[in-house]
Amino acid sequence: MPATTRRAPCRLLLAAALACSLCGAPAATTAAEEPAPLALNEVASGVYVHAGAIEDWLPRNGGDIANLGFVVGSRCVAVIDSGGTPPLGERWRATIERTTRVPICYVIDTHAHPDHVLGNAAFAGAGTRFVASAKFNAAMAAREPHFLRALARDFGISVTHEALAYPTIAVDGTHELDLGDRVLELRAWPTAHTDNDLTVYDRSTRTLFASDLLFIGHIPVVDGSLRGWLAAMKDLAAINAARVVPGHGPLGNDWPAAMQPQRDYLEALQRETRAALKAHKTLSQAVDSIGTQAASRWQLVELFHRRNVTAAYAELEWEE
Amino acid sequence: MNETITRRTAAAQAASLIAAACWAAPRGAWGAIKSGDNPEASEIWQKVRASLFDKRPIATVADDTLVLEAPTRAEDAAVVPIAIRTTLPQTAATYVAKLYLVIDNNPSPISAVFSFTPQSGRVDIETRVRVDEYTFVRAIAETSDGRLLMRTRFVKASGGCSAPPGKDPQAALAAMGRIKLRVEGDVALNKPVLAQLMVSHPNDSGMVMDQLTRQFTPRRFVRAIEVAYGGRPVLSADLDFSISENPNLRFYFVPDAPGRLTAVVVDSNESTWRSSLDVAPAG
Repeated sequence: MPATTRRAPCRLLLAAALACSLCGAPAATTAAEEPAPLALNEVASGVYVHAGAIEDWLPRNGGDIANLGFVVGSRCVAVIDSGGTPPLGERWRATIERTTRVPICYVIDTHAHPDHVLGNAAFAGAGTRFVASAKFNAAMAAREPHFLRALARDFGISVTHEALAYPTIAVDGTHELDLGDRVLELRAWPTAHTDNDLTVYDRSTRTLFASDLLFIGHIPVVDGSLRGWLAAMKDLAAINAARVVPGHGPLGNDWPAAMQPQRDYLEALQRETRAALKAHKTLSQAVDSIGTQAASRWQLVELFHRRNVTAAYAELEWEE
Repeated sequence: MNETITRRTAAAQAASLIAAACWAAPRGAWGAIKSGDNPEASEIWQKVRASLFDKRPIATVADDTLVLEAPTRAEDAAVVPIAIRTTLPQTAATYVAKLYLVIDNNPSPISAVFSFTPQSGRVDIETRVRVDEYTFVRAIAETSDGRLLMRTRFVKASGGCSAPPGKDPQAALAAMGRIKLRVEGDVALNKPVLAQLMVSHPNDSGMVMDQLTRQFTPRRFVRAIEVAYGGRPVLSADLDFSISENPNLRFYFVPDAPGRLTAVVVDSNESTWRSSLDVAPAG
């Protein structure tokens, strides 16, 4: 496998360049060996964040829409999410390697959504291990054909199964990663945003990478369980965090207050969906009528709000 | 039974066709689907049509005869609400005997065949389906005197993130076989009554390969639902894995006396679940 992964990135970069020239987007790279670095913010000592655009996962943004992070210990770097496409993963790795000489020992996949993990290919190699929730691999395997088809169809990037680098360290409950003079606490959550959410907490700086358990600005997206997510938020609020990196949107410095808009939206979604079910509204009627007020303050409402109502309805209709 | 076999064969043929289209030339297929504004030209439809209806004429009709409701853009490709209703009479003399739901670009295009009787009272049915790709969705009504009437709509599935597998497969499996059966609104003698049947079932397509073991997850889906009132059939549904996880049907029946509404649900493993509800119509 290492032999093929060394060659794969070059082909992928070529594919990306081709895709960009086709769609008219600015070329992402000037030289195949040295992709342009991603914008980086050191939010705490040795804790770095690249902020993704608040947009849908699209060729025009190169799939660069999720917040990505890395934490530097004395022996190891842990990368938190690898980016939304293999070429973006290449840029992300180059950015990290430009910032520190400490080797990348771990890539943590926070959940099986394409904008967070399709950059894995760029990090595959001896010495780097992939870490995720124990439920990640099943979720990823089920979605893989759709992700690959979308990459081929929309981005013009063809990727093999082997290049996806499935995680081999499975977190069930909690797990610690020792980076050298710095320990990360990983926690797998019951079904919330998805059924395989994983958060990362850096004890030394009290920085929490909440990934998609927290949305700020970008409308929250329910792809797991609305009730589960609301329950998880109670436990999230109890975490002693000085700052929280959401999966999408700007850093939350005031915790847990930074989570309040998300709680308001998801609670309104739950309340109004229950009311619609009680009034015997159909799914289509519910989708047309629910929560536009609560949703209006968020970005990307038009992409995800109606979908959230659909998910909420399909979940809550089973309540007695 | 014969019909079921035909249907499966057609589905299998169409499935291999789709697979070829998707994987051999993804961009070409995409372009073809996107620009395919002529629903009659759909190659898959031509195959499905031949297998289901041979050369029988199919009339394209308007809302005053047959309504097909589907969102233009699927919010969640795994849960796309579909409603089909007719304004045709549902009497002993003449009635709509069957409704076919076809989703051209799904791996198994013939998604549902619903059979009705005069005691159904009204042909007005809602369910939810999975939509894999941009596709034409078709409702074809077959009347008791053998006429075929069709409506077609184009549905855009919302893409990469909204993949058909369920949100929480473990939870779905744990709750398998739970049924909710209820009636809604006024329940009056000899008037169509709205009923809803919900079945907790993962409805696995069996098309999802576990990329680690390279094994396909076992196909397991609700294949048949029979609903009767007072022992006489009011709805029979021959279903496929295009139906969403936790199959859900809203339909009508006419109570001609106090009686029991019964539902029998059978999946592809031949597991059978039953539910019933006593109905006491007013008047």
